[in-house]
Amino acid sequence: MHLTRDEEDGLDGKNGSPISTAYKILLSIGKATNAERLIPVEWVHLSGVNYNTIGDAGAEFLTRYSQEARFVVPTTINPMGYDSNRQNDLSDNFQKQQGKIVRAYEKMGSIPSFSCIPYELFELPEKGHNVSFAESSAAVMVNSVFDLHTNKESSLSALASAITGKAPYSDLRIDSTRNPKISISIDKELKTELDYGLLGYFAGKSVKESCVSFGSTISNIDMYKTKSLAAALGTSGACGMFSNKDIHDETITFGKEEEKSTIDELNTTDSGDVIALGSPQLGMYELEQLCKLMVGKKFSKKCMIFCARPTYEKSCKSGMAEILEKAGANIICDACTCLSPLLTREEYDGVITNSVKAAHYLNKSNGVSVCLKDLKSIIRDYTK
Amino acid sequence: MDYSLKGRTIVGGTVKGLILFTTQPINFLSSVDNKTGKITDKNHELFGKTLKDSILIFPYSVGSSVGAYSIFALKTNNASPSGIACSLKTDITTASGCAIANIPLLELCKDQVIPEIEIPSEGVIDGSSGCLQIKRV
Repeated sequence: MHLTRDEEDGLDGKNGSPISTAYKILLSIGKATNAERLIPVEWVHLSGVNYNTIGDAGAEFLTRYSQEARFVVPTTINPMGYDSNRQNDLSDNFQKQQGKIVRAYEKMGSIPSFSCIPYELFELPEKGHNVSFAESSAAVMVNSVFDLHTNKESSLSALASAITGKAPYSDLRIDSTRNPKISISIDKELKTELDYGLLGYFAGKSVKESCVSFGSTISNIDMYKTKSLAAALGTSGACGMFSNKDIHDETITFGKEEEKSTIDELNTTDSGDVIALGSPQLGMYELEQLCKLMVGKKFSKKCMIFCARPTYEKSCKSGMAEILEKAGANIICDACTCLSPLLTREEYDGVITNSVKAAHYLNKSNGVSVCLKDLKSIIRDYTK
Repeated sequence: MDYSLKGRTIVGGTVKGLILFTTQPINFLSSVDNKTGKITDKNHELFGKTLKDSILIFPYSVGSSVGAYSIFALKTNNASPSGIACSLKTDITTASGCAIANIPLLELCKDQVIPEIEIPSEGVIDGSSGCLQIKRV
C-alpha cells in the first residue's frame, strides 16, 4: 500500500506513538485487503465499549492509548454495559472498569452516543461518501440501506481511522465489490422480523464474499426486518453488505430445511424467565410496533427493552415510554442485549428474544439458553 | 512429510508451534475463552482445543468487530496462537488484532492445495519469506 510522505512520518512515530500505532493497524488491514492507498473518512463509529466484550486487556489498552491519542473525525461509540441513569446490581469491579473505558473514549473525543444504531440518531453524510464503521450490524446497515461506504471494520481498525481520519481504499469501498456476485434464493415465505434474522444468519454462514444479494423480494421490508437481517448477517459471517439486485450468477437456496437447521442451532430452550428486546437497539419504528401490539396488555414476565437514550427521550415525549413502562417493561438506555452483564446464567435460566444476533451471543458468550420467537408470538405468549 | 506453503506476510515475525487446523471460520468474541485460549463454541469443530502457542490455520474470522480486542486479550493473557495463517482471506478483524498484538500473520496463496495435515505437526511461520513450513513431529 502506498503511503504519502505525511503518512510515512506518522507511521515512523514523528507525530507521536498513538498515531504510529494507528498507521501500523491501517497498514496491516491495507495489506490484508490489497489496498493501494488510504482515503479520508467522514465519520467513525467504534465498537469495543462494553466491558463485557473487551475485558481488562481492552480497558488497560484504551486507558494507556487515550493519554495522548485524539480523534480527528466525528466519532460515535457503541453501547456500554449498563444504563448509567439507573441503579444496577453489577459488581464494583465491572462499574470501575466500565468507567475507565468510558473515560478513555471521552478523553479521545468521542460523542457519547452509546448506541449500535447511530444511523438512526445522527445526520448522515451524502450517499457514496466514506465512513468507517465497526459494529457489524451498523456497517451492514449503512452499506446496504443508506449507501455510505465502509468495510466491515474491526474495533481497532475503526479506532485507527478515528485517530488518522483515514481508511484503506479496498473491498466494499470499491464500487465493483458492492455489486453482488452471489445471491441467496429465498424459497419460503418470510413474514416476521425473526424470519429475516434467520435468513441473515444463514447467509452469513454460507457466503464468504463481502456482498450478497437477496433479490428484489426484500426491496420493501420495514425497519424492524431490515435491522434484524443486517445484524444476523454481520454476526455469523464476514459479509458487510446486502443488496436487492436480482442477479443470476451463483445462487444458494434458503428454504424450510435451511431455516429449521438455523433455528435449531440458536433456539436452545422452550421458554425463559425474561424477555429481552433490542439487539440492535430498538428505534422509534420498532417501539411504535411494540406499543400497537401491547394495547390493553401487560407483560407476564420481566421485560427489558434496550434503546438509545435519544430514542427513549423521544418516546417519553410521544407517550410510548409510559405505555411500555405501565405494561411492565424496563427501558434500558446506553446498553444492548448483546453480551449484556444484566443477562447472566446465574440470574436467568432462559432469555426470550426475537433477535437472532442476541440469541447467538447469549448462547455462546453469556452461556444463557435462548427461546427465540417473533415479536407477535412473544406478546401472544407472555402477556396477560 | 515435510513441506512448505506459500503465503504473503501481513504481520511480520518468525514463530513456531503445533498446528491447529480448521476449515471453519472463527468468531473470536463468541467462540474463544480469551483467558485460556480454549474454543468454547460447541458447534465448532475445534471445540475444546486451545489456541495457546499454536500455529492456527483457519479460513477467516467472522462476526463481531470486537474480535480484534479478543485477539489482543488472548495475547495479553498468554493464551494466543504463536502465529496465524488465513487460508481463504485475511479479514480486517484478524489483521488489526494481530497487528496490535504482534502476532505474525500470513495469508496463504490460493493457487496451492493444502495437503491433509497429520496431527501432531509443527508449523513455522517465516514472515521474511512469507512461508509456512509444516513438519510431522
